[in-house]
Amino acid sequence: MSNNTAKASKHAKSESMWGYIMVAPTIIGLLALNIYPFLDTIKLSFSKTRPFGLYELRGIENYIQMFASAEFWRANLNTIYFCLLTVPIGIFLSLVVAVMLNTKIKGRTFFRAVFFLPMVVAPAAVAMVWKWIFNTEYGIINTILAHKVNWITDPGIVMVTCAIVAIWSAIGYDAVLLLSGLQNISKSYYEAASLDGATKVQQFFHITLPMVSPTLFVVLIMRLMSSIKVYDLIYMMIEESNPALTSAQSLMYLFYRESFVAGNRGLGSSVVIWTVALIGLVTIVQFWGQKKWVNYEV
Amino acid sequence: MNSSLERSRKIRTAGVYAFFVIGSIVMIFPFVWMFLTSFKTVEESMIIPPTILPEAYQTKNYTDAMASLPFFALYKNTALMIFWRVVCAVIFSSMAGYAFAKLNFKYKNALFSLVLIQMMLPSQIFITPQYQMLAKVGLTNSIFGLVFPGLVSAFGTFFLRQAYMGIPNEIAEAAYLDGCNQWQSFVKVMAPLTKSSMAALAVFTAVFAYGDLMWPLIVNTDLKMMTLSSGLATLRGQFATNFPVMMAGSLLAMIPMVVLYLFFQKQFIEGVAMTGGK
Repeated sequence: MSNNTAKASKHAKSESMWGYIMVAPTIIGLLALNIYPFLDTIKLSFSKTRPFGLYELRGIENYIQMFASAEFWRANLNTIYFCLLTVPIGIFLSLVVAVMLNTKIKGRTFFRAVFFLPMVVAPAAVAMVWKWIFNTEYGIINTILAHKVNWITDPGIVMVTCAIVAIWSAIGYDAVLLLSGLQNISKSYYEAASLDGATKVQQFFHITLPMVSPTLFVVLIMRLMSSIKVYDLIYMMIEESNPALTSAQSLMYLFYRESFVAGNRGLGSSVVIWTVALIGLVTIVQFWGQKKWVNYEV
Repeated sequence: MNSSLERSRKIRTAGVYAFFVIGSIVMIFPFVWMFLTSFKTVEESMIIPPTILPEAYQTKNYTDAMASLPFFALYKNTALMIFWRVVCAVIFSSMAGYAFAKLNFKYKNALFSLVLIQMMLPSQIFITPQYQMLAKVGLTNSIFGLVFPGLVSAFGTFFLRQAYMGIPNEIAEAAYLDGCNQWQSFVKVMAPLTKSSMAALAVFTAVFAYGDLMWPLIVNTDLKMMTLSSGLATLRGQFATNFPVMMAGSLLAMIPMVVLYLFFQKQFIEGVAMTGGK
């Protein structure tokens, strides 16, 4: 008996030793690569850059400067506008694609692969080809429209152009996630509904939509977060010399330009902190709002 | 009655196909147009109305793109960055994921909360200090610099912890009774059971590392040390009006991943679907 307890305690000891050894690389990495940088960014946001990589604590000076900057508020508006343009339409189209992919037809794995294709192409390359397609003088879209629309340089249109490309890029990814949610719905619900004479449209609204709502919620949160953080696509489509830059500059683009082009890392850090707060706020609102429409019953 | 049902089903199938055909054209056309443009001369690309097929398939755009960007180095840098990020993510996340799922030790929950905190924060909040750390020790413009933020993966840890939680404890206990210590039962018994999750994490890590733009742009500014993504960004400035060269460069940059995708299409999609939600 006592032999057994000794063995058990020895086992527990070796278990906790191995526990520490096995989490060590990850924990050390997280502390050095994420936790320390996170705290450091907060500190930077209260500091001014000095030559030779030195910093000087300056209180809320950066935040005052940021809140007084028209460019900053414009970047907020641009980011929100981008989210409003991409998230509802993008998720709606992804849901349509997912529902279509969920029908029993030949070639659906092929179509799934086609919609997913932009995911494996770097956003940098995607932006290049769309810039060419949307080119004012020689772009194929304007040729078809027989009209010279300044898709990329008109401040009033540029965000719509970026949104089209963003939706096109993400549709397959979101559809694949939604499809896995759709495939979890038991066929018996549809069979019962058909027997009761429900049409396909009724089935969609009364069975499919409520049953897929938890997945839809995950996709919505994820898409919203990545839309608030949008950077690479806009960076590639809109260069520094573009007259529409201020109308397309997202918060993360502003952060990049402030921190790594203008070299004002303190102010850049304030912009990041602000963006994180914005993401946090939006997420809280989403989690609060989900009670009204997400169905976890079944 | 039956024949009208049959007919409405046929109409519906036709509608689904029509949707997919139009959708596929919208998805594929940009790549076809990129391909065709990459063989045209600048003059030909500016003809209105445009020619669909190039007059002659000339490869000057490709040689021009390769002359202004060291593509061989870009491929190598990108491949090495992806390789090390995948290896680190899979190995370290497996270890930590196993420990968090199956082992008992003090402060486990507190340590795991670090993982959750990292997952909740957007990566941009770490970038400036990460860059400054590397700059201080002179490791910018290196492969290590490219790999740096991906040395450990909080998401991978979380994801593999889920995978290990799905494996019954009895399996590890049986291995222990057979005389394995914790490490042996992890490496020999448990880890092989999470193969499909490890593969999914690898695909996910690779696809996102490949597309990453902000970090490579910041950390490696020397053209020879850039990745395909950040290299393309410099091409954009050089050939502002020469679209055929930019199309050739973009095509060269996307080819390796697209070829891999064609062969491992199912693994790619399932990998991303499994890890979905991040």
